[in-house]
Order: sequence, then C-alpha cells, then structure tokens
Amino acid sequence: MSKEKPKFAMYWAASCGGCEIAVLNIHEKILDVDANFDVAFWPVAMDAKYKDVEAMEDGAILLTLFNGGIRNDENEHIAKLLRQKSQILVAFGSCACEGCIPGLANFSPVNEITETAFSTISTDNPDGILPQTSYDMPEGKITIPTIYPTLRTLDQVVEVDYYMPGCPPESHQIAAVIDLVVQVLQGKAELPPKGATIGAGGSTVCDECERVRNEKKITSFRRIYDAPIDPELCLLEQGVPCNGIATRSGCNARCPSAGAQCIGCYGPAEGVEDYGARLIGAFASVIDSEDPEEIEAILDGIPDPAGQFYRFNLAGSLLKAAKPAWEKA
Amino acid sequence: MTQQITIDPITRLEGHGKIEIFLDDEGNVANTYFQIPELRGFERFCVGRPAEEMPLLTNRICGVCPEAHHMAAAKATDMVYHVDPPRTAKMLRELLYSAFYVTDHATHFYALAGPDFVMGPEAPVAERNILGVIHKVGLEIGGKVINARKAGHTVIEMIGGRKVHPCTSIPGGLTKGITKEQQKEILELGNWAVEFAQFSLKLFGDIVLGNKEYLDLIVGDIYTHKTYYMGMVDENNHVNFYDGKMRVVDPEGVEFVKYAPEDYTKHVAEHVEPWTYLKFPYLKNVGWKGFTDGKDSGVYCCTPLSRLNAADGMATPLAQEQYEKMYETLGGKPVHQRLATHWARLVELLYAAERWVELASDPEITSEDFHTVPTETPTEGVGIVEAPRGTLTHHYTTDERGVLTKVNLIVGTTNNYAPISMSINKAASSLIKKGTVVTEGLLNKVEMAFRAYDPCFGCATHSLPGKMPLQVTIRDAEGEPLDVLKQFC
Repeated sequence: MSKEKPKFAMYWAASCGGCEIAVLNIHEKILDVDANFDVAFWPVAMDAKYKDVEAMEDGAILLTLFNGGIRNDENEHIAKLLRQKSQILVAFGSCACEGCIPGLANFSPVNEITETAFSTISTDNPDGILPQTSYDMPEGKITIPTIYPTLRTLDQVVEVDYYMPGCPPESHQIAAVIDLVVQVLQGKAELPPKGATIGAGGSTVCDECERVRNEKKITSFRRIYDAPIDPELCLLEQGVPCNGIATRSGCNARCPSAGAQCIGCYGPAEGVEDYGARLIGAFASVIDSEDPEEIEAILDGIPDPAGQFYRFNLAGSLLKAAKPAWEKA
Repeated sequence: MTQQITIDPITRLEGHGKIEIFLDDEGNVANTYFQIPELRGFERFCVGRPAEEMPLLTNRICGVCPEAHHMAAAKATDMVYHVDPPRTAKMLRELLYSAFYVTDHATHFYALAGPDFVMGPEAPVAERNILGVIHKVGLEIGGKVINARKAGHTVIEMIGGRKVHPCTSIPGGLTKGITKEQQKEILELGNWAVEFAQFSLKLFGDIVLGNKEYLDLIVGDIYTHKTYYMGMVDENNHVNFYDGKMRVVDPEGVEFVKYAPEDYTKHVAEHVEPWTYLKFPYLKNVGWKGFTDGKDSGVYCCTPLSRLNAADGMATPLAQEQYEKMYETLGGKPVHQRLATHWARLVELLYAAERWVELASDPEITSEDFHTVPTETPTEGVGIVEAPRGTLTHHYTTDERGVLTKVNLIVGTTNNYAPISMSINKAASSLIKKGTVVTEGLLNKVEMAFRAYDPCFGCATHSLPGKMPLQVTIRDAEGEPLDVLKQFC
C-alpha cells in the first residue's frame, strides 16, 4: 500500500440527516474508515474546509458518498465540485438516488409550496407577505437564495458511478460496502461495473420477508389501521397495499417484519425502469378479477395512487414531476 | 447610515443560517438579521396523502429527530380518526420516546454544547470538540456516550421497527408489541441509562458549577432574556414529553395559560417577515411586538429550560432532586439565563432515563392489546409532543376517506426563532463596540447564544439537517462588507 491513504468524502445536500445517522450507527466499523482512508471532507463529523476541496486536483478524492437531492444552486454547485474531485461518486440514500419524500414536492409548482407555508391556519399574514430573495431593510439589503422549481436527483445533475439505495441505507449494508472498498484497496476484490446498485440485493423485499405467502388474490384493498393485522400472513394478501413486491431487497424486510407495510424506500427492484409502472402492474396482477371495471373499482381502494406508486421516486421516475411543476420551471 | 456584518457557512454557500450585522455611523450594532434560507414544503406536498402515512412521511423532515415527528403525527392521526389507543400502545410510544430523549440529549451535551464548557469558550477551535472533551476527561466517557446512543437506538428499533425513521405507529396505536425478553433487555438498558444520566449531572457539577468563571458566564447578562416559557405538563403540572396540556408561564413565572393541544390556534400565531423562509411564532393573546422581551411581548421560548420553568417539577424522584438543586443554585424560578438550558437538558436526561425504567417495568407493557381499530369517520386532529428542541405541533384536516386536505406544522426550533434572533442580537451588540470587532470571540459567543437552544433548522425549514454552519457578515454604514466570519459546525 502507498504511504498516503486514499481520500474519503461524505456530503449532504437537501437531506434530513438520517443518512449521516445511519453511517454513525455502524459504530466501531467507522474505525475501518478511519484506518483505511484520509477523511478529507465530511461536514457532519469534522471541521470541513470547502476551499481545501476546491484546491484539490481533479480526482484527488477516491470515494465520495453524496446524500440529499438537488434543491437549490448551492446543492448543485457542490455536486459538480465533488464530481470533479472524486474518482468514485456514489449517490447515497434515497434522496440522491431517486428524490425520496422531498421529491413529492415535484407534484406542485414552487410558488404553491411557498404560498401554502405562508398561509397556514396559524400564520398571521393578512397582507399575504412571501419571502423575497432580496429585501431592502432600513439598514441595507439582505438576500436569501432562490429555490429551484423542482427537486432533482444527483444523476440528473452530474454523472454518478454507483447507487446505494435506502431511506436511510441500512447500517449493515453500509458496513458491507466499506468492507468491499477496503478489499478493493488491498487488491482482494474488484469494483462492481459502473452504474451498478451497491449495498442492496438483486431481488425484491418480498424475497427477504418472512411472512407466509400463498397465492395472492385480493378482492379489495384495506388500510393498515382498519382491522387487526395477522402477524404471520403476507400483508398484501391481507389487502394492505405493501410495496415490497416492486421494491429492491436489502433491508431485511424491516417494515413488514414490524407489522408495517413496505413503503418503497429501497427504490425499484433490479431491472425495473419505472417503479410506479411496475407496482401498478404488480397490484393489478394480484387482484382477483378479470373484469376491467371491477379491477378499477378495487384499485380505487388505494386512496392516494400518485403517492402510493411514486412515494420515494417521483423525482427519479420517468415522470420526474407533475406538469404544473415543470411548466413553472 | 449603517455598516453590515454577515455570518454564512464556509462549506455550504447558501443553504444555511446566515447572520447579517449592520453597524451604525458610530460603529455600534444598528441591527442584526438571522435568516433561514430554505423551505422544503411538507405542508404542501403532504396534502393528498393518506393521514396514516404522516408518521412515515414526516419522519423525513429530520433524520436527527424522526421520533418526535413520528409521535406528533401518530397523536394527530389518533385524533383525526377519533380513536384512543390502548394503555399499552401509549406506554410503548412513550417508552420509545424516552429512550430517544436519552440519546438526543446526551449527544447534544457531549458533542455540541459540552466542549464550550469542558474545554472553555476561549479554547482553540481544534480542541473545542467531542475529541477534546474525551482527551480532557478520559476515554471512558467517549465509550459511555457511544453506549448511550446504542442503548437508545436498540429500544427505538425494538418498538419502532427501525433505528432511523420508525414505522410502527398507526391511528389507534401500534402495529406490534414487545415480548417479555425484550422488556427485560429494555429494562437493563434503562437502568444503565439512569446511571449514565446521574454521571452526566455529576460531571456538569464538577466541571461547570465548580468553576466560578463558567458559573458567572451562565448567570451573566449577555445570555439573558425575560420571555414567556412554554412546555407540556401532566395532570400534576410536571414535565411530560409525550402527552398532556400546554402550559405557558409569564416572565415572572406565573401561569399565563394552560390549554389542550387542539386549542393551540387560540393561543399561538406565526408572524411573517419577508426576508426569511421561516416564521416567528408568538402568543396570540399578548401579540407580536417585534423582537423584544418582557411581559408585553408575545415572544415565548420552548427549550429544556423553558419546560422546567413552565412546570412545577419533574415526575420522577431523582430528576425532581436535580430540578430543585438547579433552581436553588440559580436563585429561584423562572431562570432567564439561556446558558442554564444546558443544565436543564441534563435534568431532562435524567427524567427521560427514569421514565424509561418506569414504563419498562409496567407489567402491561408486554400486553398484546396495542391497537384499537378506529371506527369513526376521520376529520381533523392535532398532535403535540415536546421535541428535544421545543414543542412540536402537527395539525391535519382530512376528507371522509382520511386523505389530507390541510397540514400545518410548527416544529420545535421554529418556536424559538424570535428568541434566538434576540440572543444573537444581544451577543453581537455586547461584543461589537464602536467598530471594534472581537472576531474570534464573536463567532463562538454568538454561536453559544444559539447553541443553548440546540437549534435544528433541518426541522425548522423542513429542509436541512441538524447542524448549523454560519457565516457572519459585518457591514459598514455604507452597506459594504467589513469582515466575513465563517464557521462550519
């Protein structure tokens, strides 16, 4: 091994901080990162020097884990900078991979988002004041940044080498990826092909789920709270719209194991181009009817189809955003 | 004519807190503006979603305190569906929440606030961090803090199904209960947490209270504001994090109002300024009088110290002892010195650990009766919990299918936006006189002003993670930047 350790970076753009917590939850494994890497840039853990990154040569950082979506000019600027300075750029977590819950904002034009926030029931705003990006106070001008019209995924802004899904990625998967990278550094393993999804499985959540499965035949969808849940039986078979059937494996079916439906945070299963389209097809195929009208009536039992089918991956889907959000863009 | 100073982050150009300090012709502070530059829009895009998904969706507001959003959302949806969860469900939720409080308060004290006291506010930046603390007081402490995080997350995962973004709360209770074996493990961890909390209070006593300089800093005027205080209380007016009524005391400590969560709009309103993406909540029945303290100003505060000020005591014996000791040392209630918030946080840490043990010891905690099926048509509901950083309010209105038509969120840190702005103004005004800027001290002392509130502008803007890098710009009377101070925390 060379005298100088390879450089590691981790950055959060528009994210909730849960990815960082997930990394901290690998506990003592974090020492492996420290032993094998020079942690060059990791705002949550160390006093980061942005200018130091700027001063680096292109490709000086071996591995960058980038979490969060691209919501404003600052997010975009740092995404481009880290792309330039990193040999391997990983879209880390659901926000960077596919937009996650904040991507649901792409259903609405940005002015509606601001107007809603500034007209809620507890807001005292008779004059309809909205935040101004530049405002003249008696003492002088003060400014705040412009929010982009839609939220974008990392690979809609820069080229991405690998995708690591999950909201957040499970700690055991993070540990496994660190192990792999360490082995690559020691010449004991090879990197997966560029563009691959890492830290996850190749099948669906259903394949990891221990609930009992029979032949699925649904006559109606139900809500998770509206009757007791059988602790052993497949949730979808009970009529609960569980997304496991279209969602990538890797989490050990954590939510269904705890009696809650999979909400799809690991994104589309391997080979699925559009998550929502796959899930609609999967749900339709388990409905116990041949009659299109009846099938439609049963599907109506899902109270929020847009959210159900694109809860985590609207921004990363073929759809990307609702039409009004684009038009305003 | 004024000068201007800006505090903005070095690593994140715009997505963060920004402080503008304007100087007058004399070179004294004319005004300060603390701006929050982002907004994610949960109140808009949650509309159209089913109410029962809110405990899952709003988790993603903040990965540092998803448990708080999960619980506020769970309580709001209980009310939307007019369903009262069984006793076991309520206990399990509060047990998860108590374990979360232990991890969160411990992390804040040791990693964020502790360094200022243990290392001293004037210590070099390179030493003013958790590693500095460990080097000074011993490796063993680092191990204890890691254990506290592990213990808390173990309980969160057992009850909530996941370590980050729990998934088990639904209208009417939970999707699962716990086994007797799990109860035993939770209880053991809880007993350890009580010891850890006592140890933390002792450490605070030895290092901070035992040092006259620090004590003077705590009781000094620079970090003092006389405002109203808000916190949730149980039927005995003792602090509770998960359930109860909201109590507000005036700057003299006299009860101003006590109300049920669903009545919050009668008592709290949010003021709007055009230069920031965040709103300023205030007491409606006092009124918004600007960034000023005192009895005539509706500015209120909700932090650990505020909760202790607003309550008559703690519901557990060891925490009650510490509560009494704190007020005795600081000269009675209410305490207005913001730095005492760190002490109050440790009293709460001990309460949370004791409550953890209390709940885990209840024989009904392992009952299979953890869910009541809602039977009524959903309408509207308010859920309030005390997040570590302040009162957290979720308010939903739905159609008859339980699909959301309106969402209103007032999150922990937002409550304190006005008081934090005032603390920053006061700290800056006392450190900048006639243009003489104490640059090194300034940044940290301004930071200390807001760090006491443990602000999480990730929650507040529903956008950013829990840490707050800052850039301060100081501008002269012509508006030209004199100095730019940057700090990444």
